[in-house]
Amino acid sequence: MPDKIDLLEPLEPERYELREAPTYEFTLSRREFVEVAGAGLLITVTGSVARAQPGAAGRSGGTLESRLHIGEDGTVTILTGKVEVGQGSRTELAMAAAEEMRIAPERVRVVMADTDLVPNDGLTAGSRTTPSTVPAVRAAAATARELLENLRRTAKSAATYTDLARSSELAAAYKQTPGGAAVTPVKDWQVLGRPRYRIDGREIVTGAHQFPSDIQRQGMLYGSVLRAPSYGATLAAVDPGAAAKAADAVAVREGNFVGCVAPTSYASRKGLEAIAATARWETKEHPSSAKLFAHLKETASKPGGASRAPRIQSKGSIEDGLGESKHRLRAEYRVPFIQHAPMEPRAAVAEWADGRLTVWTGTQNPFGVRDQLVQAFHLTPEKVRVIVPDSGGGFGGKHTGETAIEAARLAKEAGRPVSLRWTRAEEFMWAYFRPAGLFEIEAGVDANGLIHAWDFSNYNAGTAAIESPYRSANARTRFLYCDSPLREGSYRGIAATANNFARECFIDELALAASADPLEFRLANLDDTRMRDVLLAASKQFNWRERGAKRTPRVGRGIACGTEKGSYVAACAEVEVDVNSGQPHVRDFVMAFECGAILNPANLRMQVEGSIIQGLGGALTEAIEFENGQLKNGSFAKYRVPRFRDVPPFEVVLVNRPDLPPAGAGETPIIAVAPAIANAAFDATGERSRSMPVRVKA
Amino acid sequence: MSAALKTTFRFAVNGRARIIKTEGDRPLLEVLREDLGLTGTKYGCGEGQCRACTVLLDGKAVTSCLTPVSAAAGKKVVTIEGLATDGKLHPVQEAFAAEGAIQCGYCVPGMILTTAALLEKNARPTDRQIVDALNGNLCRCSGYPRILVAVRRAVEMRGAADAGQD
Ligand code: FES
Ligand code: FES
Repeated sequence: MPDKIDLLEPLEPERYELREAPTYEFTLSRREFVEVAGAGLLITVTGSVARAQPGAAGRSGGTLESRLHIGEDGTVTILTGKVEVGQGSRTELAMAAAEEMRIAPERVRVVMADTDLVPNDGLTAGSRTTPSTVPAVRAAAATARELLENLRRTAKSAATYTDLARSSELAAAYKQTPGGAAVTPVKDWQVLGRPRYRIDGREIVTGAHQFPSDIQRQGMLYGSVLRAPSYGATLAAVDPGAAAKAADAVAVREGNFVGCVAPTSYASRKGLEAIAATARWETKEHPSSAKLFAHLKETASKPGGASRAPRIQSKGSIEDGLGESKHRLRAEYRVPFIQHAPMEPRAAVAEWADGRLTVWTGTQNPFGVRDQLVQAFHLTPEKVRVIVPDSGGGFGGKHTGETAIEAARLAKEAGRPVSLRWTRAEEFMWAYFRPAGLFEIEAGVDANGLIHAWDFSNYNAGTAAIESPYRSANARTRFLYCDSPLREGSYRGIAATANNFARECFIDELALAASADPLEFRLANLDDTRMRDVLLAASKQFNWRERGAKRTPRVGRGIACGTEKGSYVAACAEVEVDVNSGQPHVRDFVMAFECGAILNPANLRMQVEGSIIQGLGGALTEAIEFENGQLKNGSFAKYRVPRFRDVPPFEVVLVNRPDLPPAGAGETPIIAVAPAIANAAFDATGERSRSMPVRVKA
Repeated sequence: MSAALKTTFRFAVNGRARIIKTEGDRPLLEVLREDLGLTGTKYGCGEGQCRACTVLLDGKAVTSCLTPVSAAAGKKVVTIEGLATDGKLHPVQEAFAAEGAIQCGYCVPGMILTTAALLEKNARPTDRQIVDALNGNLCRCSGYPRILVAVRRAVEMRGAADAGQD
């Protein structure tokens, strides 16, 4: 076994999502709910979908009927609490069921994230759909196939799933936990492992698919909510009545919550503008982004201090290790806040009928949002139904239920269904951010070019991939809690991007100190063969060695690797640094990625491509700036996310490992992008950028 | 009540004559979505920066979030719902579905309409021209590479269809 410090227990997503106080909590009101004409379930499931134990823990131990249903017309329905936000889970789950049942994926309907119908599969986060939900679906589907085979054997006939649907055997099996039936080995896969694009592509290209913001209900009104002008500001006075005078709007105020509803978004906006004009706010001091890193450092947890103690993992002796090293280096790295900015901002449609609340909303956490609604409105879980239509992007940014709660509060007041769609400005300012981080690293390398001491401290960024994959006899890894000026939460790859940026850039610094080639230095200090394999695959495709031989002014090459959530990535970049701006421009980029057995190569490639390009945003242009409690760049005009012209030439090498269980793939590729570019920018100029976005003097 | 003045506007949406009485400065985007139930046109920013809200106005791709409904009076509007004819997908739609140029799909209606407008003007755009035409359309899933493949395919499909007509 390689020397390896134990992994700090992962904190995500708990640290960010679950410690947060509820957004609102409303008092009970005696108001009667007006029943809405034509109210009914928007999503009706044909056939009699099993509804036993909706919301029961889906990860293990659920019954077959909570996961799979075969209609008497032979329709196969898969039930899951996971959501589709563009990562390809709907198609992947349909493929998984189709594979095991030996049917075409088109025959499989996947009912997702409707808390009345599906098992609770937890958050759609942390790349967990592939390693946990896919196996659950395969187990259920394999059970159905086995039952069919048994039926064929006993009846000595060519029985079909339609026959199985009518059988007492299936009825009995529904009540059992699936398991025991053998799933199809990778070598026999007919559906899995083959490229397939989104199964509902037609609905998307015709505009027929209804995203959360597209849900329309009879008698529906449009809502808007009053926001503070700055972080921490409190409402001193307001006249909600102003809305009615300005527009056909009805206003509601309860504590700090003020909003209004009207027959159109336009009228709702006018009403809100009128209310806002009457609002008086008490503002509060708020640290600016210019002082962000000093603020993190000042507020960081100290051992034995009043705030939460730092989390520390260590082995050997850092002092001795550094003392014994030939080269000693120390550096500080910084990663700013960034915003997810999914194309569809938060949206919810809430409807109260017969004492029940139904909310259609875009969230990655359907059952969590249900529980938030239960709490906010003093209801019982059976009285709340959350439905998540396939949504317009998430990237870890939609784990919370504030929009659902706001829409429900407005709908309760209005006695009519209400649609609330956050504006882009609201999404920038009031959604949460990827945590900023400060890193202090010190390390020593011995005379053989081997890392001998590794001391890594992370302020605030989070613990994903905090553990160094490099061998070192003496190592200490610390995570320090800080007071974050902005609301923080998950993000694609979350802290792994920040940890890997700091580590992989610093590894380059160590390689330079040891006069070693960055690739050779990594290989010499890594034991993990999967990491070595992706490094070799990427560097080979990139022609790492040959490119190092040729020198062009302001052009350089860089390499980086990383592992997180059971998958491995390595990237090589060639950049040219712009003389004026100091911004590196990517001239060529190769990424090798390995996530075990590949379930759907077409979707995997898109996820990797999307990660590379989205990662370029954080690497080159994205950083949230704030001052006096306000965002300075809270719009697409000022906050530059990658556009079509920003796509560099790049290549993706997918390393397939059919011998390994499939791991999720939507996140990890992003963690190698920024350090590869920063390292290339250094190679080009001899200037080291120790922050994201990367800028160097050319 | 000082509700804003409402005016009657006539325009064609997806080939159908529409008469709407509303405030003239309401964004066309909201009239399409809220009054006509055409929710295929998306809001992404409301300020001309993302083009999720693209529609064709007399054949030209415009941002419906910045187009007041009054500016559509007397004109022909085509939304994503109106692009297919008699249940047959427009070649650009077909190409996007066939090439799987869809992650979350939220940007796709805008991408498709921008592409459709481009191909009307320039039947055989180069990659550079495609990228330039679509640079205003944001895709946060960053599915640009597949979108480029889909647009190339749409160009081919239209070319083949034209050749078939000759
Ligand atoms: S919504 Fe119109 S350009 Fe973004
Ligand atoms: S596919 Fe999600 S925004 Fe383009």
